[in-house]
Amino acid sequence: MVIETPTPDLAAVRTEPSTIRESTGYRTFRVANVVVLLVVCAVTLYPFVNLVAKAFSSEGFIAAGEVNVLPRGFNLETFKVVLGDSLFWTNYRNTVVYTVVGTVISMALTTTFAYALSRRELKGRTFFIGIAVFTMFFSGGLIPNYILVADLLGMRNSMWAIVVPTAISVFNLLVMKSFFENFPTELEEAAAIDGLTTYGIFFRIVLPLSKAVLATMTLFYAVSQWNSWFSAFLYLDQKEMFPVTVYLRNLIAAATNPGVGSGAAEAVQIGANIQSVTMLLTVLPIICFYPFIQRYFVSGVMLGSVKG
Amino acid sequence: MAQGTGTVEAVPVGGGAPPPHRSGESPPQVLHGRRSWRQALRKDWRLYTFLVLPVLFFVIFKYLPMAGNIIAFRRFRPGSSVFGDEWVGFYYFEMFIQNQQFWTVFWNTVILGLLTLAICFPLPIVLALMLNELRSRRFKKIVQTISYLPHFMSIVIVAGLVLQITSVPGTVNQIVTAFGGDAVAFMQQPDWFRTIYVSSEVWQTVGWGTILYLAALTTIDDQLYEASRIDGANRWQQTWHITLPGIRPTMMVLLILNIGSFMAVGFEKVLLLQNPLIYSTGDVISTYLYRVGIQSAQFSYGTAIGLFEALIGLVLVLTANFASRRLVGASLW
Repeated sequence: MVIETPTPDLAAVRTEPSTIRESTGYRTFRVANVVVLLVVCAVTLYPFVNLVAKAFSSEGFIAAGEVNVLPRGFNLETFKVVLGDSLFWTNYRNTVVYTVVGTVISMALTTTFAYALSRRELKGRTFFIGIAVFTMFFSGGLIPNYILVADLLGMRNSMWAIVVPTAISVFNLLVMKSFFENFPTELEEAAAIDGLTTYGIFFRIVLPLSKAVLATMTLFYAVSQWNSWFSAFLYLDQKEMFPVTVYLRNLIAAATNPGVGSGAAEAVQIGANIQSVTMLLTVLPIICFYPFIQRYFVSGVMLGSVKG
Repeated sequence: MAQGTGTVEAVPVGGGAPPPHRSGESPPQVLHGRRSWRQALRKDWRLYTFLVLPVLFFVIFKYLPMAGNIIAFRRFRPGSSVFGDEWVGFYYFEMFIQNQQFWTVFWNTVILGLLTLAICFPLPIVLALMLNELRSRRFKKIVQTISYLPHFMSIVIVAGLVLQITSVPGTVNQIVTAFGGDAVAFMQQPDWFRTIYVSSEVWQTVGWGTILYLAALTTIDDQLYEASRIDGANRWQQTWHITLPGIRPTMMVLLILNIGSFMAVGFEKVLLLQNPLIYSTGDVISTYLYRVGIQSAQFSYGTAIGLFEALIGLVLVLTANFASRRLVGASLW
């Protein structure tokens, strides 16, 4: 059979003429297909393998261009140096704090808004959806945003500049809205008859039954907040407030920008090992959790895309 | 749950109009549509309280900055009024239109955007089709898991990896020297910037980009394939005449979205990758705007450039959407 069906029914198999076989061309294609996909996997993983190898290598071997898949001149000193840097830990803690606070704010705003927008009885629903969707295609631009956040709201050097202006992602909002729209209305109607108010329905019926989508959205927001760096780079001046991404960015910028300080070539070599260690420590939580949370992300994208 | 018979509405944009098959619930809607605002507020006031904070968020953080674009037409002095001091008309627009450097970054943006679109848009489709041909579910799962991984990396990490791999002792140069070439300082040569940028985009986005296509592929009716096989179609013909048309709505919606974000070409990544030595190819409108606007504090000038860029983006997405609706009947709204 050429097309795989989950449950091959007998009738189909019987009517299938025995002459239908894979052509040689198609068999060749299948082999080539697997080979190409293996190459894709290798290319995708290589930078990470290289990163790990460099993190555990000595600077001399890295600078000589001899480190690729395996570490050369095994070295743990750099880990001690980076882990001994109190700024690294402060910034790491900041990332955790910003991620938690940002995700809570994002979820509170997105869930309530999405729920309200999913209710057909909401008068002006199209208008409210419209004001959200329009911002996907047109936005105020970098400088008006900067003036607003830094000057008008006075959020410079405050955590709020990082977590509030990006609180609602319209994409996530629409995914959630379409989820709530498919929520069985009978449940809510029954709850209303039992005397629950909108608040009661939302907190006691809808939210407990939406755990899967809530988990997915939480992960979406958490990962994007964990990875974000530009707002922090823009609005924060104090090193102690940086998230770890900005710590890393500054390290890379100092090491690789030609002409920064003297002995730039040396800086690159020294940097390569420290950079690798810092990068590795930064991505570690994501890599560790990734295999377990990946399917939630996929289902989140599907939720938004397949309506039935 | 709702699946199987689902039509792929693609990305949930323009959620206003519900798909036709949900029209079963229409009667109450008609009733609600006629209510006055006062009645609606009295009956559903609790629901409206849910709207207060989010709407406030959109007004303050999205629409206020849009209004703030007004300083593109007014002279802005730091410390003075946030909406500028006096009208200057199109002064700042003329300023960048007459600026040679602006046109360099403009064309850099267009070229980089087109390259990214031409390469990063079709590849996920190809990869999705390849994954779809796999028989072993296990292997498919593994390939998917691996190829999605780069999507979850911070741009700072991606930029760091790119800089390391293209550095003089990096992997690319190890390969070059292994074949007898001379090591190249890639990130100091303007000629290489576009290749490196687009390659890193491919690495980061192609795997994740397959998800929507794979979802669309599952909705194609198996009977179509059965029928075509009886008619003697081979695999290639099936792909061409059934599979590709089946995922066309998804393709169009993603194409429109890509076109819409085309002028914004990965601002954060370019900012992290570029250095003054490669500005001649590696500087784009958004990074130029960041340097003149934020670093040199020319707020009005920067805003004028930003407004110009945003308007091009809006026009592009509207045009693409219109064209797509006319030509293939798929659109965002």
